[in-house]
Amino acid sequence: MSEQFYYFLQQILNGVTIGSTYALIAIGYTMVYGIIGMINFAHGEVYMLGSYAAFFVLAGLAMVGIDSLPLLLIAAFSLSIIITSAYGWSIERVAYRPLRGGNRLIPLISAIGMSIFLQNFVRLAQGSRDIAMPSLITGGWTIGPADGFNITLSYMQVVIFVVTFLSMTALTLFISKSRMGRACRACAEDIGMANLLGINTNKVISITFVIGAALAAVAGVLLGMYYGVINPYLGFMAGLKAFTAAVLGGIGSIPGAVLGGLLLGIAEAITAGYFSTEYKDVVSFGLLCFVLLFMPTGILGKPEVEKV
Amino acid sequence: MDKLLHVSGLTMRFGGLLAVNNVALDVYEKEIISIIGPNGAGKTTVFNCLTGFYKPTAGQIIYRGEPLQQLPGHIISRKGMVRTFQHVRLFKDMTVIENLLVAQHRHLNTGFLAGLFKTASFRQAEQQGVERASAWLERIGLSEFANREAGNLAYGQQRRLEIARCMMTQPNLLMLDEPAAGLNPAETAELDELIVELRDKHQVSVLLIEHDMKLVMGISDRIYVVNQGCPLADGTPEQIQSNPEVIKAYLGEF
Repeated sequence: MSEQFYYFLQQILNGVTIGSTYALIAIGYTMVYGIIGMINFAHGEVYMLGSYAAFFVLAGLAMVGIDSLPLLLIAAFSLSIIITSAYGWSIERVAYRPLRGGNRLIPLISAIGMSIFLQNFVRLAQGSRDIAMPSLITGGWTIGPADGFNITLSYMQVVIFVVTFLSMTALTLFISKSRMGRACRACAEDIGMANLLGINTNKVISITFVIGAALAAVAGVLLGMYYGVINPYLGFMAGLKAFTAAVLGGIGSIPGAVLGGLLLGIAEAITAGYFSTEYKDVVSFGLLCFVLLFMPTGILGKPEVEKV
Repeated sequence: MDKLLHVSGLTMRFGGLLAVNNVALDVYEKEIISIIGPNGAGKTTVFNCLTGFYKPTAGQIIYRGEPLQQLPGHIISRKGMVRTFQHVRLFKDMTVIENLLVAQHRHLNTGFLAGLFKTASFRQAEQQGVERASAWLERIGLSEFANREAGNLAYGQQRRLEIARCMMTQPNLLMLDEPAAGLNPAETAELDELIVELRDKHQVSVLLIEHDMKLVMGISDRIYVVNQGCPLADGTPEQIQSNPEVIKAYLGEF
């Protein structure tokens, strides 16, 4: 196989890695939008909180001298998910629920306020410098000819694929099989009717925020370990990218968010690999403009029918 | 017979428009009550006030001795009052059986952990839910479509499914807003039979808004007539049919 092909394959691998974490974050945007029709602009910050929570768990466990890798990973993921979910739940209670029923613009403004608040809250509490995240999983495989270009697939990338896949599977099972998932789907279609049929819609909305935050926490732990540094501002860009992914796939659609995330990740990796790393954000947001202009419902989204 | 619903002095004002003016209404158990009136008379507004969609400007809504105002929709439904709308509001992307199961959500609720570990009580509750749903699908003739998306059903089938879905919440009072709209005569006759069966077999009171006079006069125990937001008359179908005020409101002066 030619060198060009290996190089291309490498870009795809990198793209899928980053894309799958975009997808995890994008699900939070798309599920909330699907049910209450608002963009939760504080969702990027929830992801950042997930990274910080994992950092504290890892640092705390290192201090007491625990160094078993599986134990560290399980603790980092589970505690980060719990802490971040609590944030997600509280954000909805504090910033959105009191404003429900009013103009759609009001919760949106509240979301932006929440985003600024969380970012500065972390900055004040933890400082604005980069914090080094302990890299637990190092090493990887190298595939390719002895001379020329080699594909590197790090173990961390494999962990990202596997964890993302497991999270998506769990979510799909929850949505399609469980009672609460059924209630979520009903609310996404017609929240007023679901309420009249005896479903506590406030509870469903809370659960949606908790699920979104839990998936963002997973992405936060994964990307924190992948990049090795975290800072209070990383939620902003990741949030925008995930939002782009959600719109690209069709906002409101969960498979759309996954597809959008992967496509966006691959588009960025290809741009970085063949043109310039500086241009990858240009391509991402150019893609967002293109989608909004020419296919506003995204790839898998449905045109919104005006409700009478 | 016990009084199920008592409404008095119900008034709804939208800015300068008096949509409902001083409407009074009583529904007893196992009764079919119709609200009729010309278009724009405020019938649907009455429904919206009763089910908590609108906060009435004034008036009292007492359901089984308890005031209903300010309660959220799911609590009203849990107290046994459920409604349909003029247009079909099924969960169109969900299957027919799922539509019926989701309406039993609170009856099936056995807690999150039970669902996670699929305990015996969880499976049993789910099984009962599916059985109740199947019995209704059988009754409305949709058994063979159980796994089809609800949005793909024919219009008349969707209407019947909506009523079955309401019945899944195990109501005492079912409020139907123009259930016969858009149905052909054969389907209307089926609906007629179904509504009577709800009263006689399932002990449900039905509050009906309907323009199909043949249906209304045939099955109603009592009828309330509303005109331009004001109550005009009430009584048995015979009394209403011979009431000169009602004839005037419907046909104009001669």
